[in-house]
Amino acid sequence: MRSTEPATSVVRLRVNGQTYVLTLDNRTTLLDALRETIGLTGSKKGCDHGQCGACTVLVDGRRANSCLLFAVAAQDAEITTVEGLAEPDGTLHPLQRAFVDRDALQCGYCTPGQICSAAGVLAEAAAGWPSAVSAAHGAGPAVLDAAEVRERMSGNLCRCGAYVNIVAAVLDAAAATTEEVTA
Amino acid sequence: MQPFRYQQPADAAGAVATVAATDGAVFLGGGTNLVDLMKLGVEAPGLLVDVTRLPMDRIEQADGGGLRIGAGVRNSDLAADSRVLAEYPVLSQALLAGASGQLRNMATVGGNLLQRTRCLYFQDITKPCNKRRPGTGCPARSGDHRNLAILGASEHCIATHTSDMAVALTALGAVVHVHGAEGARSTSLDELYRLPGDEPNRDTTLARGDLITAVEVAPLGVARYSAYRKVRDRASYAFAVASVAAALDVADGTVRDVRLALGAVAPVPWRARRAEQALVGQPATEESFRSAIDAELTGAAPLRDNAFKVPLVSNVVTAVLSQLAGRAR
Repeated sequence: MRSTEPATSVVRLRVNGQTYVLTLDNRTTLLDALRETIGLTGSKKGCDHGQCGACTVLVDGRRANSCLLFAVAAQDAEITTVEGLAEPDGTLHPLQRAFVDRDALQCGYCTPGQICSAAGVLAEAAAGWPSAVSAAHGAGPAVLDAAEVRERMSGNLCRCGAYVNIVAAVLDAAAATTEEVTA
Repeated sequence: MQPFRYQQPADAAGAVATVAATDGAVFLGGGTNLVDLMKLGVEAPGLLVDVTRLPMDRIEQADGGGLRIGAGVRNSDLAADSRVLAEYPVLSQALLAGASGQLRNMATVGGNLLQRTRCLYFQDITKPCNKRRPGTGCPARSGDHRNLAILGASEHCIATHTSDMAVALTALGAVVHVHGAEGARSTSLDELYRLPGDEPNRDTTLARGDLITAVEVAPLGVARYSAYRKVRDRASYAFAVASVAAALDVADGTVRDVRLALGAVAPVPWRARRAEQALVGQPATEESFRSAIDAELTGAAPLRDNAFKVPLVSNVVTAVLSQLAGRAR
């Protein structure tokens, strides 16, 4: 990357398969670049301190808090936001479908972060990553149950308290994804 | 937030040279703590040297066994590593007890070691704080100190170290590899961290420009029988009120080897050497465990609102060691 001014950088961002070349103040977080510069307002700013998870996006397939990542440091990573989860024809991602079916929200502000985080959870479980629940019990590859989902999703707060249906939706999507893989 | 310049160095030597030579330059890892501190105004670096693209992201077999863990390895990758799960379960458990899935994906090993305290006064720039602004005083001593130190504090600072990972690494006797202006060296984790004394602004013994490149854990039989237990105010995604990293080897009902470190009770991850020494050769019973940790805690100097941590630590250590003794039999 070349510096135009000391505190500014030309940054190439890959978001939902598209490339954006932006001149950004180095202080711009990925979240602000997505929302304010690119215009993808699905990712939400809740606490802006990495405590609530509303800003969760996938960076190279892994969930991350976009409020704590400077855009300049995310150069060339493949970023997926909630807008990039559905099929191009509008078919919802299994997690989006499950959140609708289970009414897994009230105000909806935390929902994009919940859904992106859950997408990360499904990938992590498929890769056999342990959690504080499974590590404590010495289990192998992760089989998601309610306790696992609650632990793995604990970085996403919902002030409406829709947790019961969020857990159900994530479990539905996990089951649907597993069927797809084994079918 | 203050404006800052941003660089991606070509190699570790370049990163070290830049930070050593530039006023207000700091390394940027996963940013989960540093970026937050910049938003809070606690940190205002003029230059970020991003070390996440340096080749420090591998977990390798170390010469002579053990594991050499690159400083850029993300916390989630380390927690899921099969060698860590099998040979150093305490380390995986400590990592998984910390932060959230998102943060563990971002946070690096080096950054985790160097995270700053979450003491409320340190994070609030409208308040005095000897760690943030030396000489301004410590309101925590008479203020909100429910979750601050009972061991190792000074009259100038009672902040705690808040890493879970570092507590496990301390129990394991980890060594830190550092690249400095004078070249590469290594130091024990014990020597990396320093007690506050009258310089609470200095968390570590690192010099400006020193870059942690890797952490190494030696082959350690006792570590196979190890566990991390964290007590906190909610079931997940919260800093510890107290935590314990323990490893225990029992033969014929007698303690053959033990490692014990405490978290969230001191300005550093606290290796409980006094308790370890008291236990070796003793019967592996609840009474021995209780008496050993209580000997360690005779050095505790709790304040008005954190005296509960003394019996809490005693109970948790006794429970974890008893659990490990039960498993070893």
